[in-house]
Amino acid sequence: MTAAVATAALDLRRALRRAERRKTLGGLALALPLTAFLLVFFLLPILGMLGKAVENHELATAMPRSAEALRSWRGLGPPPEDVVAIVATELKEAHARRQSALVAQRLNREQAGWRNLILSTARRLPEAPNGTWLRTLVELDPAWGEPAIWAGLRRAAQPWTDIFLLAAVDLTRDDHDSVVKVPEEQAIYLDILGRTFWISGLVTLFCLILGYPLAYLLASLPERWANPLLILVLLPFWTSLLVRTAAWIVLLQREGVINDFLVRIGLLAEPVALVFNRTGVLVAMTHVLLPFMVLPLYSVMRGIPPSLTRAALSLGATPFAAFRRVYLPLSMPGVGAGCLLVFILALGYYITPALVGGAADQMIAYFVAFFTLQTANWGMAAALATLLLLATLLLYWVYARLVGIDRLRLG
Amino acid sequence: MLGSGLLGRATLWLYCGLVFAFLVLPILVIVPLSFSAGAFLHFPLPGLSLRWYERLIEHEPWRRSLGNSLVVGAVATLLATVLGTLAAFGLARARFTGKSLLMALMLAPMIVPVIILAIGAYFFYQPLGLTSSLLGLAIAHAVLGAPFVLVTVSATLGALDPTLVRAAHGLGAPPWLAFRKVTLPIIAPGVVSGALFAFVTSFDEVVVALFLTGPAQRTLPRQMFEGIREEINPEILAAATILVALAVLLLVVAELLRRRSARLRGLAP
Amino acid sequence: MRSTRTLAAVAAAALLSFALPAAARDLTITSWGGAYQGAQRELYFGPFQKETGIKLVEDTWDGGIGVLRTKAQGTPVWDVVQVETDELVLGCEEGILEPLDWAALGGKDKFLPAAVHECGVGAIVWATVLAYDGNKFPNGGPSSWADFFDTQKFPGKRALRKGPRQALEFATMAQGVPPAKVYEALRAPGGVDKAFAKLDSIKKDLIFWEAGAQPPQLLASGEVVMTSAYNGRITAANRQDKRNFKIAWNAGFVYQIDSWVILKNSPKKAEAFKLVHYLTRPENQAKLPAIIPYGPTHVDGGKLVPAEFAVEIPSSPQNLPYGLFFDAAFWVENVEKLTERFNAWAVQK
Repeated sequence: MTAAVATAALDLRRALRRAERRKTLGGLALALPLTAFLLVFFLLPILGMLGKAVENHELATAMPRSAEALRSWRGLGPPPEDVVAIVATELKEAHARRQSALVAQRLNREQAGWRNLILSTARRLPEAPNGTWLRTLVELDPAWGEPAIWAGLRRAAQPWTDIFLLAAVDLTRDDHDSVVKVPEEQAIYLDILGRTFWISGLVTLFCLILGYPLAYLLASLPERWANPLLILVLLPFWTSLLVRTAAWIVLLQREGVINDFLVRIGLLAEPVALVFNRTGVLVAMTHVLLPFMVLPLYSVMRGIPPSLTRAALSLGATPFAAFRRVYLPLSMPGVGAGCLLVFILALGYYITPALVGGAADQMIAYFVAFFTLQTANWGMAAALATLLLLATLLLYWVYARLVGIDRLRLG
Repeated sequence: MLGSGLLGRATLWLYCGLVFAFLVLPILVIVPLSFSAGAFLHFPLPGLSLRWYERLIEHEPWRRSLGNSLVVGAVATLLATVLGTLAAFGLARARFTGKSLLMALMLAPMIVPVIILAIGAYFFYQPLGLTSSLLGLAIAHAVLGAPFVLVTVSATLGALDPTLVRAAHGLGAPPWLAFRKVTLPIIAPGVVSGALFAFVTSFDEVVVALFLTGPAQRTLPRQMFEGIREEINPEILAAATILVALAVLLLVVAELLRRRSARLRGLAP
Repeated sequence: MRSTRTLAAVAAAALLSFALPAAARDLTITSWGGAYQGAQRELYFGPFQKETGIKLVEDTWDGGIGVLRTKAQGTPVWDVVQVETDELVLGCEEGILEPLDWAALGGKDKFLPAAVHECGVGAIVWATVLAYDGNKFPNGGPSSWADFFDTQKFPGKRALRKGPRQALEFATMAQGVPPAKVYEALRAPGGVDKAFAKLDSIKKDLIFWEAGAQPPQLLASGEVVMTSAYNGRITAANRQDKRNFKIAWNAGFVYQIDSWVILKNSPKKAEAFKLVHYLTRPENQAKLPAIIPYGPTHVDGGKLVPAEFAVEIPSSPQNLPYGLFFDAAFWVENVEKLTERFNAWAVQK
């Protein structure tokens, strides 16, 4: 009897597990289309983009024999005559095929000015050497006698390169292929990275200062009052980013609404520059990102029972102590979620700084776009994008640990 | 408590009033300027007119870009809504290890900077023939929009009382009928508001558009971006005003949906 | 339910239009935006479409050989582009531009010598000038590039085009070098460094523009007290918006020739040639100065410009003595190196 019950129970459990598994499989089948879609159109492009940061095929494509010869050569240039001969003859061939520009473009990434060196040499190279090929090259341009160009060619001959990733943190390689700092006047990317974090941090801080009391007020109101006011928070959220950015330019420009107003009421003697500088970027970005601070704060604060602070007050705590010891700690999850969200979103901002900032206020995303669309320097674009992606993923991971992914709601 | 005294309360209201003004006034200030009779962005207005709206309608690039944006938005919304809703149902049913990782992937497009997707798409949609193409742009926008649908539908599914469905089964309704009569009406607001989010995401997106579109695929945000960069005139503010009106409309629809959904779930009066 | 169906129908129609191959696109013309492209639209693009039935799509850019390189990848989305001389020379050398059929254009001797190149034909003669709002300077505005760099005498922000081109020339003129000696000074050892040092001396008061439509806008909104600008945009703002902007011609200016080019591998080559031919007809070129004062490159076009408008173009006898002709050789050699240096300088505080 008991055995029969046990068997029945076992059967039931098995059946349940089978049903559960069927449900899971069915569920996975439903989740598959989006997974596949994101793999193909989101993940793979991003992985491929990472590959672009180390891609180094130009020399191997245009001058394959030279690439091979340079790869097996060691030491400080110029290399032996047989390698030089391969490079010189193949450069001439590549020029005839109109592929020398490809090599020139790649070498120019190593050092600005080498495009001219490669192209002008390719254009004037004779059929046969004048004595040795090295002498012929040096006669065309003395730079060929220096080790630098040969070290550059050797780097360009490798199957992959780290110069873009190095350049993204203001490093480069010298003629011995050791990693060194780039010259002072070219060292800009650490500065830009720091600026990106600094602006994002300030914007987060401003959003918190403006957003915390607002969320607090909304959470303390009855819902029929809070809901209409929440719509005021949501309106900017639903309004086009470009509209909001345009509005700020109109407001902030020298003869714009705000300057007009401040001069008219006598607060300013004459208009001040509020846009196309750091001020404009901070104001506009704070405005754009403020809803992302208020919404998580509000949802956490709604869940804090008013009875707790009332209890603290009745036990004799001053209002400030009750806030600091009871309410503030309870609202911290919302602060964490809001700050992380705003900071992560701010890191990748491009459009707003591009329109309301000056040249010295652009963040890393601007340079990704600049190198892709304006200079066709894809290695550099991909290297900077890699840095930005790493920073974002790290923070995303922190967010997932601290806040939980299922609480990620942007609206 | 802070703001418990009368003075504290007044200070809090005053401060929050200023923050509300900061949030809303900049958006509203462009509306009167777009009806200006003059070309300058100053108050007081020299007079009212509709001339900038007329120019907007007459100017072919604006019309074309509006058409492109609507088409891309519609396709992106359709893709994102179908894929996101299916995935939300799937994830609600399935229990497996690595679920949170899959969730992280599916929500990543909300968090990863758009510029990263843009540059990835710029390189790798090319071999698929999807650069300088509205379809390519719509696909990228669906990538950005799908997580919104996933989140909103998941939220309504999470709030769906399973006893309601079971009751329908118990009363003899076949599964599809139970789905159509019980599940669907309850999750529909979630699906529709997810779709609204997806549409707004696409309709407002400019970074990917800058990378993926040629002159013939120019979208409204791209047209505005270039306009703002060159010179802000009342014509751009007229376009902006139309977009603000659209935002208000969508916001009202979303709010009504939220209320309806809460009512159906018996959460609100 | 019906709206869902409508949505589906729109999507289906859209998907069909998506499927069109790249070659089926319309002919594209890329110019410099703003008032200038507005004039081109009115005078050339509209009439060309009417006359030939070829549909045109417009795009806008702000120059740069790098942009031209990205646009020339694969099957280009651009066909006809108006470029500056250094972009013309570099692009031709790199094989991203199509050589032109000069016989069809009427022969090389019909154009100014500087407007003739294997891959391009001159579009306009234009200048980058020093401009300011006359209403803001009732007692006389800046009259030299030294004034531009003198923030004591003329306080306030000023704007320059982003990039080294023209900026280095102006910074050199500001040191008292006469226009004719500017490139000599820039080629001399340390010449470029001196120019950068001069720019650096007013960096905190400098903002940079990229699109030609920006300088009049910056002047109009009072954002800057003076700026470098394309001469035509300033005159156009005066004519169309009743502004009182002034050009300090005698401060010295850089004038140059822009060219029409066709991108290699353009799927619309035949139509593109037709358009370039149309754009460079002397009678068409001569119409431009009445709207925006840029000079013709066709010898006969120059003769057809009415005298009242001819005075405002850079190469008029009143203006020319103060002009410096853009040294394409210097810039072909240095533009990339100096652009990199300029950008690195500009993005630092």
